[in-house]
Amino acid sequence: MADVKLTHVKKIYSNKVEVLKDINLDIKKGEFIVFVGPSGCGKSTLLRMISGLEEISAGTLEIDGQVVNDIPPALRGIAMVFQSYALYPHMSVYDNMAFSLQIAKVGKESIDQQVRKAADMLQLTPYLDRLPKALSGGQRQRVAIGRAIVRRPKVFLFDEPLSNLDAALRVATRMEIANLKDSMPDSTMIYVTHDQVEAMTLADRIVLLSAGNIEQVGSPLDLYEHPANVFVAKFIGSPAMNVVPCRIEKTGEQTQVSLSSTVMVETPIITGSSEQAKAAFFGIRPEDLLVVATEAEGFLSGQVTFVESLGEATLLYVTVPGCEEMVIAKQAGTLKTQRGDTVHLSALPEKMHLFDDKEVSYRR
Amino acid sequence: MIASSKRSPLTYLVHATVLFLVVIWTIPTAGLFVSSIRDKDQLSVSGWWTALSTSEQRIVDRANGPKTQTQEGDQFVIRGNLLTNSSAVITQFGFSSLDPEAFAAGTLAEMRNGQTLQVMANGDYALASPAQWKGSRGQRIFYTAEVPPRFTLDNYREVLSAEGLGQSFLNSLTVTIPATIIPILVAAFAAYALAWMRFPGRALLVAAVVGLLVVPLQMSLIPLLKSYNLIGEFFGVGSKTYVGIWLAHTGFGLPLAIYLLRNYIAGLPSEIIESARVDGASDFDIFRKIILPLSFPALASFAIFQFLWVWNDLLIAMVFLGNNEEHLVLTGQLRELLGSRGGNWEILTASAFITIIVPLCVFFSLQRYLVRGLLAGSVK
Amino acid sequence: MAQLASALVTMLLGVLGCAVYFYGSNILLDKVFPTKSGPAQKVARNLRISNTIRPWLFLGPAVLLLTFYLFYPVIDSIRLSFFDRSGDEFVGISNYVWLFGSDEFFESFRNNMLWLIVVPTAATFFGLVIATMTDRIWWGNIAKSLIFMPMAISFIGASVIWKFIYDFRSGGDAQIGLLNAVVVFFGGEPQNWITIPFWNNFFLMIILIWIQTGFAMVILSAALRGIPDETIEAAVLDGANGVQIFFKIMVPQIWGTIAVVWTTITILVLKVFDIVLAMTNGQWDTQVLANQMFDWMFRGGGDFGRGAVVAIVIMVLVIPIMIWNIKRANAEMEGR
Repeated sequence: MADVKLTHVKKIYSNKVEVLKDINLDIKKGEFIVFVGPSGCGKSTLLRMISGLEEISAGTLEIDGQVVNDIPPALRGIAMVFQSYALYPHMSVYDNMAFSLQIAKVGKESIDQQVRKAADMLQLTPYLDRLPKALSGGQRQRVAIGRAIVRRPKVFLFDEPLSNLDAALRVATRMEIANLKDSMPDSTMIYVTHDQVEAMTLADRIVLLSAGNIEQVGSPLDLYEHPANVFVAKFIGSPAMNVVPCRIEKTGEQTQVSLSSTVMVETPIITGSSEQAKAAFFGIRPEDLLVVATEAEGFLSGQVTFVESLGEATLLYVTVPGCEEMVIAKQAGTLKTQRGDTVHLSALPEKMHLFDDKEVSYRR
Repeated sequence: MIASSKRSPLTYLVHATVLFLVVIWTIPTAGLFVSSIRDKDQLSVSGWWTALSTSEQRIVDRANGPKTQTQEGDQFVIRGNLLTNSSAVITQFGFSSLDPEAFAAGTLAEMRNGQTLQVMANGDYALASPAQWKGSRGQRIFYTAEVPPRFTLDNYREVLSAEGLGQSFLNSLTVTIPATIIPILVAAFAAYALAWMRFPGRALLVAAVVGLLVVPLQMSLIPLLKSYNLIGEFFGVGSKTYVGIWLAHTGFGLPLAIYLLRNYIAGLPSEIIESARVDGASDFDIFRKIILPLSFPALASFAIFQFLWVWNDLLIAMVFLGNNEEHLVLTGQLRELLGSRGGNWEILTASAFITIIVPLCVFFSLQRYLVRGLLAGSVK
Repeated sequence: MAQLASALVTMLLGVLGCAVYFYGSNILLDKVFPTKSGPAQKVARNLRISNTIRPWLFLGPAVLLLTFYLFYPVIDSIRLSFFDRSGDEFVGISNYVWLFGSDEFFESFRNNMLWLIVVPTAATFFGLVIATMTDRIWWGNIAKSLIFMPMAISFIGASVIWKFIYDFRSGGDAQIGLLNAVVVFFGGEPQNWITIPFWNNFFLMIILIWIQTGFAMVILSAALRGIPDETIEAAVLDGANGVQIFFKIMVPQIWGTIAVVWTTITILVLKVFDIVLAMTNGQWDTQVLANQMFDWMFRGGGDFGRGAVVAIVIMVLVIPIMIWNIKRANAEMEGR
């Protein structure tokens, strides 16, 4: 129900460590935004600054057009779901959900109505009198969500809410959160995770952070297909994109790069003539590499060093002469290829990525 | 662990050693308890480990005086019974300190001037003389009696009334209960502030608390005594009051209380406290509604500590409450008795047992919490 | 009965007064600077103010009490140590000169050092041994509980208990003290143990060891249980025997805890006073600093200057442990 706007937001700890550097972000009403990034990138800090649990060192945070830097968490119109659920262990499920309303001195009847409505929605009605320790992990997670719902917040904040669940439950709860979002289309949701699958499946837009900076903001497929830089390219997708140092040999409509003295690739990416002879990075996703029968059909050849058969796919680790790192190729199904075999690889030109010497994509 | 998986001779050695140590550790207290319920005459002549066996006592007593003599034929006879304890049996007797076991019970002993003494096993005696008995005091009789074991609560009855231990017991309670509760309240608030609130000087305060943890309280006595005298004079109430000793115990107990509780409260999951903050709770709400209920184990363990410490304290009570009868606590009373009744073991053992019975009950019923508190304070 | 009633009333008043302060001051703060509703900017300002004030409401009583009962007295003791018996007249370092010239001080100092070496060592050693052994037997918890029990007994109570053990009857009378009875049983000559100079110190120390071993045992037992089983299993696979496992694998891993136990008992030993007071009152060469200090405080109306000097000696002995503790606590805080 609200826009969230961050302008030049910074977080500097007292020991001068800058954990967030100049964050600018516009979150629209009703959007599902996911902050994703490796641990230590500042994504949780950013969320906690929006919630009011961390002070904002510089810049402004607006919710619904109002600057809320100095407003206490409870008055910002937000609700937060914590990683460990943070249920009050000595209170029943009912009291856990009612706590914030009791603090706000809401009338008993109104509290009861809201708690029961939320419990109903999350199928928690039979458990209202239980203590958190008598609930399963998934139920606790739902109580934590219920506690957020009863406050009728403008913005929901989720701090890695699924990371304490086992794999099966995680998938189920992920879908529940997606359903929750559908049932409350007006609520803005901000969700922090380090898991790219959660990010890809839940987000309207992903905010990818690294070392205190926003690397890229965009829809999940946008980040997958058009990574803005090498970091994004390698972070999204599994196994990570192959990124090989190269040299630009020919610029123009079609850029030609050399990966080694023998391997030349032509990509449909446009470069200016000033880029001529510069060092660059050539990227190709493992799943975009195809094994072909002859050397002439492909653009890369090399010896297979490892074979990993996963069942639904096979990963080939290929040592290409002249390249330092192995190139990974992901092929559907099982292959007969063995260690020591020589393979030839091709790729569709539009699947190729090219990054300049500062690791920024040429395709903008 | 490893040894328990196989029954080696070593395992038996371990059992035997532990048993030996346990016996060594418990025997002193057991001895005290057994002694305190023994008859005081037996207590002073035989070790408590013989409490269950018949003891042999050598006793000197006087027969009834000449006033009670009656004439039987040509003899003047004094009759009576030596034994107050009916189950004892006299084996030997005599009339001179030179040979107190001269005669077997039942025989007729010849004394001077044709006088005779006969003592029966059941304690009945008869002194007979051809002439009238003279003087005011009765004849001394030495006898050896076999006394069966006798247990009694007389010692307790005596110390509780005559020796003023009952009063001291109340005094101890009056000192201990507030001196346990007040520091818990004060320390819990301080511990929360030191663990979760942000303010300048926090690290310094924590360091100060840790430092004060080891300050010997002897350091404080002289300055405090002077301050107490001043304050007492100012209010005209004297320097030795219950409020004074409560506050003294609170002050001396605070460093440990704050340290223990801060360790515990700081260890509570931060997300719970943050969640309450997002829910709109102020620090005071958080403290009352979240921290206090969740810290119950730590509060309980500190309460036990402080209770034991205050109940068992002698020094602070002596300095801040004084030695006069009406204010004397149990430990002080026991010390007084140790000075004035040093040889009366029946009084000392019973008094000592009364002073330790309350802490022992607390200890055995709440040991779990005590151990937890100890661990919170030491193992990190 | 009247005493009971008045005691109950004073107790209630004391505890209530304390509660009223905390509730009253915090509710007042919330009333003066409301933070739960109102215009946003005003709330933000109120919140800043109440966040600055509230910690001191929470800490106030504790800080006052600590200052009055511990911090100020330490400073004042230092001052008093330069003053005469009533604390009125400055006498320079003459109290110190007196102290270092008196035989009594050297006697107590020597005894204190003995206590400091023997008691923590013995209590920690027995505690470690018992903790190790009781962890291996099924009735270990009962054994632990019984050995831990003296912890609940007051020093003065323990003194009575042990005085009874050391009791001595002269002549041919039957001994009612257990120790002499045992000596006699084995054909020895009964002794008046607590009057034998020098050795009587050890008989007094036994009392404190008896009390403190349980403490050491409980903590070390928890530390031993905290040792990862894998390290012991690895040592077994590497062919170590039980003794080697104990000294080379287990003890090094709980070294930190042993140090904590050791220092805790050391501090207690420095303060020990009740036992000496009750057993000998410093006679027969058993004086210790804490009892000497108490003596000077009250002997003949009291000599505050000399008492304070002895207190300062005790304080100086504690300072290294204090510094070590603070360092440890700081390291812990940073680890959080």
